[in-house]
Amino acid sequence: MRLSRAARVLGGGGGQGIAPLGGRRCCYRRLGAAPGNWLSDPLQIGLWSSYANYNWKMQLKSNSTFACLTGMRNSRSAMERLYSSSHTTVDSKEMKKFQLLAHEWWDEHGKYSALHSMNDIRVPFIRDTILNMKNDYQLGSPLCGIKILDVGCGGGLLTEPLGRLGASVTGIDPQEDSIRTAEAHKSFDPVLAERIKYKSCSLEDTVEEATETFDVIVASEVVEHVADLEMFIKCCYEVLKPEGSLFITTINKTQLSYLLGIIAAEKLLGIVPEGTHDWEKFVSPEELESLLESNGFVVKTVNGMSYNPLLGSWSWTENTSINYALHAIKSGVQQQSEREPHLEVDEEQHRPKSVTSTAI
Amino acid sequence: MASVVLLLLGPGVWAPLGGRLWLQGRRVAALVPARCAGSGSGSGSVYDVVVSGGGMVGSAMAAALGHDVHLHDKKILLLEAGSRKMSDRLPEHYSNRVSAISPGSATLLGSFGAWNHICSMRCKPFRRMQVWDACSEAMIIFDKDSLEDMGYIVENDIVMSALTKQLDAVSDRVEVLYRSRAVGYTWPFPYHTSDTSPWVQVDLADGRRLQTKLLIGADGQNSAVRKAAGIHNVQYQYDQSAVVATLQLSEATDNNVAWQRFLPSGPIALLPLSDTASSLVWSTSHEHASQLLSMDGESFVDSINSAFWSNANHSDFIDTAGSMFRSAVTLLMPSGTAARQLPPSVAKVDPKSRAVFPLGLGHATEYVQHRMALIGDAAHRVHPLAGQGVNMVFGDIACLIHHISTAAFDGKDLGSIKHLLQYETERQRYNLSLMAAIDLLKRLYSTSVAPFVLLRTWGLQTTNAVSPVKEQIMAFASK
Repeated sequence: MRLSRAARVLGGGGGQGIAPLGGRRCCYRRLGAAPGNWLSDPLQIGLWSSYANYNWKMQLKSNSTFACLTGMRNSRSAMERLYSSSHTTVDSKEMKKFQLLAHEWWDEHGKYSALHSMNDIRVPFIRDTILNMKNDYQLGSPLCGIKILDVGCGGGLLTEPLGRLGASVTGIDPQEDSIRTAEAHKSFDPVLAERIKYKSCSLEDTVEEATETFDVIVASEVVEHVADLEMFIKCCYEVLKPEGSLFITTINKTQLSYLLGIIAAEKLLGIVPEGTHDWEKFVSPEELESLLESNGFVVKTVNGMSYNPLLGSWSWTENTSINYALHAIKSGVQQQSEREPHLEVDEEQHRPKSVTSTAI
Repeated sequence: MASVVLLLLGPGVWAPLGGRLWLQGRRVAALVPARCAGSGSGSGSVYDVVVSGGGMVGSAMAAALGHDVHLHDKKILLLEAGSRKMSDRLPEHYSNRVSAISPGSATLLGSFGAWNHICSMRCKPFRRMQVWDACSEAMIIFDKDSLEDMGYIVENDIVMSALTKQLDAVSDRVEVLYRSRAVGYTWPFPYHTSDTSPWVQVDLADGRRLQTKLLIGADGQNSAVRKAAGIHNVQYQYDQSAVVATLQLSEATDNNVAWQRFLPSGPIALLPLSDTASSLVWSTSHEHASQLLSMDGESFVDSINSAFWSNANHSDFIDTAGSMFRSAVTLLMPSGTAARQLPPSVAKVDPKSRAVFPLGLGHATEYVQHRMALIGDAAHRVHPLAGQGVNMVFGDIACLIHHISTAAFDGKDLGSIKHLLQYETERQRYNLSLMAAIDLLKRLYSTSVAPFVLLRTWGLQTTNAVSPVKEQIMAFASK
């Protein structure tokens, strides 16, 4: 599943993981100390903080070896102090790992930057598809009253935006660390704290207690990590209300996706951590569609998505040969339903501006 | 360099400062003695947006936020150090502080209902603008062919009144704290940690502490938010002060022209308020400004009339060169030039309406940071010669509102630097070019040295004759 990446990163490359974080840490450390020291002189503070700020921005852009090394050293001693002085009862190693993980999930420029920026298109896709099936919606909270299950929610990257749109979201993920990160992150926001629930469990675990509970299931960048896809889809069917929607985004099983998704993204560019994906588990839209249709879903939309690594942004495309998003509806009757023709989804439809005018 | 030194000094040096300060690990703005924030949740209420500064800029921002459809669910707070400004009755006398509102700004004010209030209270549309040189015959006339208005002269008090009304209309979403002062801002890390609050913390003078996902600094040219954020402000004091006053005209006219004449000491502008009243904005040397302020009413009126009418600064050489050039232009483009009009003469000045304030230029190198955005005078300050200051402000607001609203509809974190940077890029591109042009004009017209006068005379005559250029200028200025 999606979260397993984080675990691998933690296990294998712990040292590497610390370095970029440490680079920033050490700079903030200087910064944090600044006010006390320079308080008597406002000019100094102004200069100081702007300098430090600049410094941080620079570090964001380039992680020079020097910065990494010194950063690592400083961050380690700092970490030790942090947890030896104020949290004596807490396992410091555990806390350190947790800090790191939390930071990793929510760093918009870090390991999961591609997932962060994918929100720019997947949130409008989910929102507009749902809104098009509703007659009206509450201003400011368009998804109010909709129960969503976010399968493989990880650190809550997609869960939180859906919650902000008014939906009550349950995020599940078997990785306990990710759930704790997600939990901690939303706890600062009183609105999200109310709307979002996280649970560390697998989809199968929820089937019993949550039969026909959810209006919407979101499985974004998850099915390519699932061992038994048919089982996964059957579980989705179980927990979804009749006429409920299933949203899936994943990677196609093509030579191009192997080349770009594994060789380029993991090995050359490092957009996603190495070992994130197993090409054998990738699934083509045709295969996914036929699996869905034979398990009581009607596939409404399949859209290609393309990622521009230079701009770090996603856009919709007709080409589904690498990434694609799919929307299916649970049909009321459990039978082999006639597949509806592909809905030609107008790209414009998923942009907020045009939709606001039609949706309001 | 400093960072290297600090690294070499190592952690020990900082130990006496108290590990705690660092442990909390936040940038404490130095308006108050640094205090450490308690860990995140529970301490104080969390707002979605806090606007600091409830003047015209901040009030307009808060009203626009409160009326946006995608922000209906958000908690918005406006902090204002002063008291509530709204009079139930229209003041009898015109206020001496007025703004030239462009059609673009009027559209923004209309988008949340404030423009209707302004129109029903008091505002004067103008259809024509004449700008001319005191050292030559050169002039430029901006004119709209249709009956469209070029802009509106509105008293700032009237704008404030309208904004306050519109804030009242959304009082369920926008909370306004009058007589409240922020004494300190604590900035969060730009990334997530599991034990510190991710929000900006605002400490009020009364000891309360608020938290917000996005802080908007609308606290004027000496912005405390900007200083606390450590953003550098490039600034420059002009050798000029502006004298403002409310003037009564000798006789009633249509009075729908905005007049401005460039004197070697600075531009003087007469802006229509009604058929019989106009507002004065006279930028001049500090000494002259204080003289104007202290002289009796009659001499003041005489000074204004002669500033608009006198040809004492003309020289024969420039006049000849200018008229020859104009004939040549007229030959090439017979339809391009319009007739020069003369401004109405002033009869008297409203008692106690004279005031003076210094002029300067300022620009913040950054408009945004993580969870923080600057708007209006906090981000930029210009010479009033183009009457664009207030329109730049409303342009900022329109742009920022657009990005915040889009972010909200996409379920994004409102304080995310991503969309704030888009605001910064868009506005800096516009504001900087406008500021550069205004500064250039100010300098070009502050001299009576012949080559410069000739240059600007020909430049103005050419611009006046070439309608596409003029239309471009008008389109840019009416945004």
